[in-house]
Amino acid sequence: MISNDMPAQSEPDDLGPQVIHIIAETQRIPPETISLDSSFEELKIDSLDGINIVFALEDKFGISIPDEGVQNLHSVRETVAGVRQLLMQKEATAPPGAA
Amino acid sequence: MKRVAVTGLGLVCALGNSVSECWSRLAAGESGISPLRDPGSPAYKFTRGAEARDFDPSRHFSERDLIILERFAQMAVVAAREAVAQSGLDFKGELMDRTAVVTGSSVGGQFSEEEGYKRLYRENNSRVAPLTIPRTMSNAGASRIAMEFGIQGPGYTISTACSSSNHALGQAFWMVRGGQVTAAIAGGSEAVFAEGLLRAWEAMRVVAPDVCRPFSADRKGLSLGEGAGMLVLEDREHATARGARILGEIIGFGMSSDAHHITQPCVEGPAKSMLWALRDAGVAPDRVGYINAHGTGTQTNDAIETQAIRAVFGGHAARLLVSSTKSMHGHTLGAAGAIEAIATLLSLQNGLVPPTANFTTPDPACDLDVVPNCARKAELEIAISNTFAFGGLNATVVLKSAD
Repeated sequence: MISNDMPAQSEPDDLGPQVIHIIAETQRIPPETISLDSSFEELKIDSLDGINIVFALEDKFGISIPDEGVQNLHSVRETVAGVRQLLMQKEATAPPGAA
Repeated sequence: MKRVAVTGLGLVCALGNSVSECWSRLAAGESGISPLRDPGSPAYKFTRGAEARDFDPSRHFSERDLIILERFAQMAVVAAREAVAQSGLDFKGELMDRTAVVTGSSVGGQFSEEEGYKRLYRENNSRVAPLTIPRTMSNAGASRIAMEFGIQGPGYTISTACSSSNHALGQAFWMVRGGQVTAAIAGGSEAVFAEGLLRAWEAMRVVAPDVCRPFSADRKGLSLGEGAGMLVLEDREHATARGARILGEIIGFGMSSDAHHITQPCVEGPAKSMLWALRDAGVAPDRVGYINAHGTGTQTNDAIETQAIRAVFGGHAARLLVSSTKSMHGHTLGAAGAIEAIATLLSLQNGLVPPTANFTTPDPACDLDVVPNCARKAELEIAISNTFAFGGLNATVVLKSAD
């Protein structure tokens, strides 16, 4: 189920702030404490927090993040890049004419 | 064998968020059973419950902690904090490995489980919240307590319905007495006011439509309650050596199985539980002054418990004070044993037996001194606390006042 406030195909520039917003919301931390360069270690995000964030990202963007991908996320930048890649794959595999 | 001192107590229930608050209301015979904040739609057949209304999780935990901690686990941790603070124990050095955490819970994290089912079956959404497993697991409270205090000794959770935390307390007592550990945090917690669970209790037809009236002729069932009770048990020599205040002792534990019926109690099982406990403590029945009864307020339990007490105590039963504090803090299921053991210990400490509240009419089937409605002053040395669970699993703890 997708609960898009914004279209999933939003410009790359929007993606960073959107991901940061989701991390802040799921971790109950102020968004201004998070930057693209923040590592999960700095943000005190452990593997359990990670599955919560990944769940929220999947809901938000209508993507499916593979289990092994979750283990490779260590920073906000990596997360944004991963989400962008999955969004591109999704667009590429979307049937012609689909939104 | 070691003597086992109690050096810390912690309570959260409908009567308050600390031992002193709860005790003052128990001693005053005040019931915490109130109209349900959410009466259900359609309305539940019962209108009241003993909700811990003043328990505000945000006062005790950060928002991040609350992502992972369900209500039953929150209550367990808050009660443990109070008990540990009172004990003055610091779990560093050898004590870190020589302390156990043993908790009881009947149903664990019911809210997250029901939330998952709502998504699955009501919303046809197969994506269940990712932290459902660690939130619902019955040992969530025990694990968090161990983490919070850095305790690395034995840790586990017992689930035997309404006997859960008496079993937990008894196991912890035996471990300290046997010298396997020096100290233990033991007790239990339960948070029952989740819709699915309330509907299941409603369907069992054992919940009183208004309030529970244990041992009263007009009793119509139990009142559900939520809360947590935690005790710090400690090798008495260890406690004395560090100058700790000893609040009382646990001196015996007994348990039995009815092997009879999944919900209908029988006399033999509860009687054996009390007998084994007294034998374990090495005390004669006539030394017991007070029984904190299982006393659920159902027709069957209270009559059967009366017969079991008569079978064990014979003529001495007439001199016993017997009360059910469930009439005030409700039936807290997996937390019942711990909360009631604490009430029992406080009775010994204060020389005052809390009453059976909401009592209206004597019942010939419950012809014991059930301390109706008003607390009673009494010089007490030894008391017992009973729990008899659905499934016929019984547990009794024997407590003694401090020397």
